[in-house]
Amino acid sequence: MAVTAEEFEEDNPRSVLDSVVIRFAGDSGDGMQLTGNQFTLATALAGNDLATFPDFPAEIRAPVGTTFGVSAFQINFGASGIRTSGDMLDVLVAMNPAALKVNADDLRVGGLAIVDTGSFSKRNLDKAGYAENPLTDGSLEKYKVLEIDMSRLTRESVKELGLSAKDGLRCKNMWSLGLIYWMFGRKRKPTVDWLKTKFKKLPVIADANIAALNAGHAFGETAEMPAEVTAYTIPPADIQPGLYRTVTGAEAIAWGLVAGSQLAELEMVFCSYPITPASSVLHYLANMNEYGVLTFQAEDEISAACAAIGVSYGGSLGVTSSSGPGVALKTEAIGLAISVELPLVVVNSQRAGPSTGLPTKTEQSDLYQAVYGRNADSPIAVLASRSPGDCFDTAVEAVRLATKYMTPVMLLTDGYMANASEPWLIPDFETYEPFPAKFRDDPEDFHPYLRDPDSLGRVWVKPGTPGLEHRVGGIEKSYDSGHISYDPANHQKMTDVRAAKIDGIANDIPLQEVEQGEETGRVAVIGWGSTYGPISRAVSVLRDEGEKVSHIHLRHIHPFPRNLGDLLKGFDKVIVPEMNTGQLVTILRSEFLVAAEGLNKVTGQPFKIAEIETAIRARLED
Amino acid sequence: MNVVTPPSELTPKDFTTDQEVRWCPGCGDYAILKSVRSTLAELGVQPHNTVFVSGIGCAARFPYYMETYGFHTIHGRAPAVATGLKIANPELDIWVISGDGDSLSIGGNHLLHVLRRNVDLQFLLFNNEIYGLTKGQYSPTSRPGTRSPSTPMGSVDRPVSAASFALGCGSRFVARSIDTLQKHMPTVLKRAHQHKGASFVEIFQNCIVYNDGTFNRFTDREVASDNQIDVVHGEPLIFGKERDKGLRVRPGSMELEVVTIGQNGISTDDILVHDETNRILATMLVAMDPPAFPVAIGVIYCDPADSYVDAVRAKTAPLGNTVGKSDINALLRKGHTWNIE
Repeated sequence: MAVTAEEFEEDNPRSVLDSVVIRFAGDSGDGMQLTGNQFTLATALAGNDLATFPDFPAEIRAPVGTTFGVSAFQINFGASGIRTSGDMLDVLVAMNPAALKVNADDLRVGGLAIVDTGSFSKRNLDKAGYAENPLTDGSLEKYKVLEIDMSRLTRESVKELGLSAKDGLRCKNMWSLGLIYWMFGRKRKPTVDWLKTKFKKLPVIADANIAALNAGHAFGETAEMPAEVTAYTIPPADIQPGLYRTVTGAEAIAWGLVAGSQLAELEMVFCSYPITPASSVLHYLANMNEYGVLTFQAEDEISAACAAIGVSYGGSLGVTSSSGPGVALKTEAIGLAISVELPLVVVNSQRAGPSTGLPTKTEQSDLYQAVYGRNADSPIAVLASRSPGDCFDTAVEAVRLATKYMTPVMLLTDGYMANASEPWLIPDFETYEPFPAKFRDDPEDFHPYLRDPDSLGRVWVKPGTPGLEHRVGGIEKSYDSGHISYDPANHQKMTDVRAAKIDGIANDIPLQEVEQGEETGRVAVIGWGSTYGPISRAVSVLRDEGEKVSHIHLRHIHPFPRNLGDLLKGFDKVIVPEMNTGQLVTILRSEFLVAAEGLNKVTGQPFKIAEIETAIRARLED
Repeated sequence: MNVVTPPSELTPKDFTTDQEVRWCPGCGDYAILKSVRSTLAELGVQPHNTVFVSGIGCAARFPYYMETYGFHTIHGRAPAVATGLKIANPELDIWVISGDGDSLSIGGNHLLHVLRRNVDLQFLLFNNEIYGLTKGQYSPTSRPGTRSPSTPMGSVDRPVSAASFALGCGSRFVARSIDTLQKHMPTVLKRAHQHKGASFVEIFQNCIVYNDGTFNRFTDREVASDNQIDVVHGEPLIFGKERDKGLRVRPGSMELEVVTIGQNGISTDDILVHDETNRILATMLVAMDPPAFPVAIGVIYCDPADSYVDAVRAKTAPLGNTVGKSDINALLRKGHTWNIE
């Protein structure tokens, strides 16, 4: 099957838009995530800035046509800086009644709903819980609705290829993608290439998908569209020059851990147990053996953490990864790593809880767990990534701190960040400063709890080193010899030195900078993690209006940067937006005695820019 | 690297630390410690290449008394820590020291998986059928009716057989010994050390304080030879004070029976010959218990298979500090990229 030429003459001029939010929604088997990812790539290649939000059900194959089986992929793209996946939808592509039902409320008034009428059977309407057909009962009057029988058109577009009706219909997502490509002037070639690679062994399937893609595109070009539906141009964004790629948080974590190990000159063994939404980090690393990485799928979360500790005891870098419930199981092992002072990186891709909660929905509610969630006085370093691309540098930093300070480091990401993709300015790794791990091999005056005088990090010895045989364990040990010690004064001293070691990290990290705005003012909005996008946008909107608002975003949460308390005291009000019921805000209040106020949301969905903007406005008016 | 030449002839003393041993006087663990030290000396292993990993419990204090590398970890998790250690550093000679509570209760899952994966290490389970360190509660191997602080009316749950469990987990090496058998134990430990893969050794160990005499039914001097059988590969399964008792498969049935040589026309030729590679036989041998049967000790099952870490490492490009910054740069640039001018 020939691929049609990309450059075509158009009769009608395209309207110019600054930015657009599209959501593809369908059954979990409809391929909406693939569709969204392809649109993301095509959009990035067109030079737009973008942010995405994949939102899928926990059920792998929920019953077809039901509302709880709806899978969606949202992308916000535009000509100027895009920081979030967008508040309200401009375009909703609904592949069936359930997808329309679940997502219609997010479409802005006057927005465009593109629906596959071929799927609006009585049966599907019933399954979605529609008493009346929304296409005919007037309930969609506030939107523009483009009704297309995509199912029939898809079947027709592939009928020459001799596929079964079912297989033919599976190309429907590509038909819809073709239409959207036409609407926003995207090039089809990268998707065609991708389909050819993906279905290399099934050329008929590749051809059918390409045919559907082209047919959807041709439909846009030739069909008589209602007057209000037209094609658009979104000019390229003014983005920092350089080489870009799209990256998800999970990919960037995987690469950052590998990169950190390279800088530490260590092999890494990544020990994990499958859990949503953290498993993708394991999947990426399992394919990276040639980079000095081994992966170990343990029998449970506890084993994963313990095996990682065994790895670090053996002189390599032990890393474990999970989500909140799994991290809870690792807690005792993290305590062991604190006590024996071995490096351990723990990645927590947070999800909504408590308990099983909403496994595929995002939340930031494991901050207390990270900072405080262990028995006894057991401090560790805690870091948080702010965006998919930022996961790379925070993972490198986690490795640096773990190996230099001989401590567990908790790296917080979340389900949103792990799965969302964004264009990423690829860094030049040659500019990264190495931090080679040091191993003791001199038996002279050795004992296993000798410390580096500056970092207070314990000496690291590889078993197998002659003359340095020694024992470590979770029992308290003597500061001066490393032998078991039940001495009261010694326990005080060891507790103090473990705390001083972690506190000292504050001397080894950059002072907190202000992302946007002045270092003093009316309102500081301080956040951590994936709220970066919406906070950043909300603050920039208000600053454009001349408001004295500043945005501070934390990477190091424990310990905090040295200047953070003073910085916060320079503002009349401090607002802390978090996807939890108020965790960072409590820590800030207890640490710095500042009157910080929370802005909290736990719906399993990221903040909308408008929600943060409204909250800041209210504080400004106080 | 500072090279320390080990003495050419190692003695048990070379494996002894300066730490005071803190088990109760008369504890069976002393005898096991002595046996392990002398075994290592006889094997001539390098102390610096040897690691003892333990969980929690009386037995778990073992590493502190061995002049090797040692890691006293958390309750039940020693197999997981040891697995990570072996993956990171396959050259190390690893011994896991555990007890019945540590391995069959809180850590049962990890024991299952270290055996199933066949991680190359020696796993010594000191079975005293009681929780010692927490002061005498019944354990998963305690006999029904065990009176303990947590079961004042006697325990009601049925015990697990450590060796049966190990076989069920797919262990490729299962052996047994008894704390008091100072000649027998080193032979078993040497076989365990020689075996490539996870070597599971159950050691019946008397807890003199909380469960004294629990194994008397086969360890007491008067009954030992009639109630123990030391199985040796290729030799007939004969036991008894007079060496006149033997095991055979009961005709017409899939079970063992004890027969007396010289009675009812039974001769030595009728006695089953031990085949340590026979899993079915091993399964029957570990299930034997007095008074109907003797307790089997020795190497009950040994049938080597690929070990986990070897297999994992074989599938992986050679690791090491061969990854450069340029490799990372290339990694970050794999796939679709685009330039913004």
